[in-house]
Amino acid sequence: MNDDRQETPQPAEGTLPRRSLLKAAGVAAAGLAGFPYVQAQEKITLRYLGTAVNQDKKIAERFEADTGIKIQYVAVTTDDVTKRAVTAPNSFDLIDTEYFSLRKIIPTGNLLGIDTKRIKNADKITTLFTKGEVGGKKVGDQGTAPKKVMYLEKPDAKSFASAPTQYMTLIPTVYNADTLGIRPDLIKRPIESWKELLNPEFKGKAAILNIPSIGIMDAAMVVESMGLYKYPDKGNMTKKEIDLTIKALIDAKKAGQFRALWKDFNESVNLMAAGEVVIQSMWSPAVTAVRTKGIDCVFQPLKEGYRAWAAGFGVPKTLSGKKADAAYEFINWFLDGWAGAYLNRQGYYSAVLETAKAKMEAYEWAYWMEGKPATADIKSPNGDLLAKAGASRDGGSYETRMGGIACWNALMDENVYMVQKWNEFVAA
Amino acid sequence: MRIEASAVTPPAGSVAVGASSAVDAPARALPAPPRRAVRRRIAWLQAAPLTAVFVVFFLVPLALIAMVSFWRATDYELIPAFTAQSYLDIFAGCGSGDGSCVMLSTYLSTLKFSLLTWAITALLGFAVAYFLAFHVRSTLMQTVLFIVCTVPFWTSNVIRMISWIPLLGRNGLINEALLATGLVQQPQEWLLFSDFSVVLAFVHLYTMFMIVPIFNSMMRIDRSLIEAARDNGATPWQTVLHVIAPLSKTGLLIGSIFVIALVMGDFVTVGVMGGQQIASVGKVIQVQANVLQFPAAAANAIGLLAVVLLMIVALTRLVDLRKEL
Repeated sequence: MNDDRQETPQPAEGTLPRRSLLKAAGVAAAGLAGFPYVQAQEKITLRYLGTAVNQDKKIAERFEADTGIKIQYVAVTTDDVTKRAVTAPNSFDLIDTEYFSLRKIIPTGNLLGIDTKRIKNADKITTLFTKGEVGGKKVGDQGTAPKKVMYLEKPDAKSFASAPTQYMTLIPTVYNADTLGIRPDLIKRPIESWKELLNPEFKGKAAILNIPSIGIMDAAMVVESMGLYKYPDKGNMTKKEIDLTIKALIDAKKAGQFRALWKDFNESVNLMAAGEVVIQSMWSPAVTAVRTKGIDCVFQPLKEGYRAWAAGFGVPKTLSGKKADAAYEFINWFLDGWAGAYLNRQGYYSAVLETAKAKMEAYEWAYWMEGKPATADIKSPNGDLLAKAGASRDGGSYETRMGGIACWNALMDENVYMVQKWNEFVAA
Repeated sequence: MRIEASAVTPPAGSVAVGASSAVDAPARALPAPPRRAVRRRIAWLQAAPLTAVFVVFFLVPLALIAMVSFWRATDYELIPAFTAQSYLDIFAGCGSGDGSCVMLSTYLSTLKFSLLTWAITALLGFAVAYFLAFHVRSTLMQTVLFIVCTVPFWTSNVIRMISWIPLLGRNGLINEALLATGLVQQPQEWLLFSDFSVVLAFVHLYTMFMIVPIFNSMMRIDRSLIEAARDNGATPWQTVLHVIAPLSKTGLLIGSIFVIALVMGDFVTVGVMGGQQIASVGKVIQVQANVLQFPAAAANAIGLLAVVLLMIVALTRLVDLRKEL
């Protein structure tokens, strides 16, 4: 479905006639609206490449109101963000991508390390990214944990630095820990373990994510919880381990365990809301979306822990001058609190907690970040009711939830083989 | 893929028509006919723009795809090489009998869907076109009914497909009706995310591509032939079978090319209606391109192209399209 969106028209760098045409169109539009010509010409527009989930209209509007810099969203799928970063680095000015993609992007040299001296709140970025710790305690680092791919020795380095340096690959935007989503009204019993995804009790009513890099991690959590195998590193399997994991999936598929696989956020919402599926891999905003329809849906914490993911801003190598300054301005603005508070209210976590806290009401902070029962109704940034007073958040506080990370979305060394085997699972 | 195919074809046709009328115009305008060599040169010049468009936007990209299909790739770069590995991978695991012959069986499953869809849309399309051409008398009514046929195209492809879920789903309308009438005790799960639902969606999407060309052929049938058939004592069925069907075969052929090409290249419908659990070659190509395995994707694209071309060649063997048109 997102594939339709990837055709978002955008001015290609270097195609002069088209650019001037667009400019002319812009001038015409500005003229109609009564703005002076000069202003229209000086306005900087940043092309922001990312997935639709992170591209909130209100954030762009607020930033433009604060700074006069326009954000043009280019929404594509997770895979396409990587593909563009590798094949078309001139097609964006700012990239919002997942950390695991960096293992594909950085070796191409298409991204430039971000100079932390120019990022005001760089030293306040949560320790989860810089050290892999939450509240002073180490969390699981199987898979592509951000701390492994966070730093570069030089801005144009093509491999990662092992210790913190001045240059960051990505400045984190949002991150979260994912688990299974369930329909408690249809399951009618407590769910405590990842192994329930392949429990024959839910035959024909389960679903798993069809993005290989992420789906394989969910599958690995299931395999481990079923006691089939204990991986030395789920995030970097050997061919044998991949075979074993995919075999478990294929066996389940042949037995009719899965109602569907899903690839797009909206698909997972539809499957769950329509009752086609009662247990599946899910993303937190999808659970929220099901709930805003008035349907009971829980993002169930499980005893084996969470599969975490994180995304961040990167800057392409080709960016320079005023546009580069604008990109840094946007990143600084993003870490300054308003956007962080906005994201926290959607159930994500923001990179600099301190500034976000300042922009949130005390009762909101207590509900979202401290895991305390809400003292007032909790609303989404759009004003939809998310939780009534007295309810508390799935998974508890920030520290319990992020402290419970078992693994991260990953790009394995055997990625090519894994994708090939994953295709076998889809075709089986 | 679908959108490109349908969008490219009509302009190509209309350009050709424009070009041929352009050939006539200057010839008539000139006082004396130019010498043969000059005229030939002008003809080449007139064909040049379309040729250039084809070369730049069709032949060159195709050649690039063919070239890349022999390259190698890592996670982040393409390595120029000359290896047939990507082609061999299509047959990987075949003959071992352990069910790992994935690519080839994906080709077969795609072929199965296109043949099923082709058979059903051909029958339906023929029936609907026959009704429109021979049973509806007034042109106004024909136009109105034609517009009714296009109603499914008024919404986006994806919306149309998603809207099957509330109809065919476990708690959908059909299941609720079946349960209410007591015909079944349990909701029928094969209605959705199955081969059935994939073919159903294809038929719903593509029957129109059959109706239009068949209708067009039927409208060009000389009505006196039908009278002659009747005068000679043919039953209505015999007329359809021996007069109308043979004379509609160009339309049937054009429709078949559309439907087969569209179904073979599809990667959205199979995904959505099959619950992402049914593989198709188009889907595999998409996944491979998404994970930057361009050589593998290119090899499959060439493979798919070859299969579709073979089918079209086979079809044109049955009907000489140029002669009939």
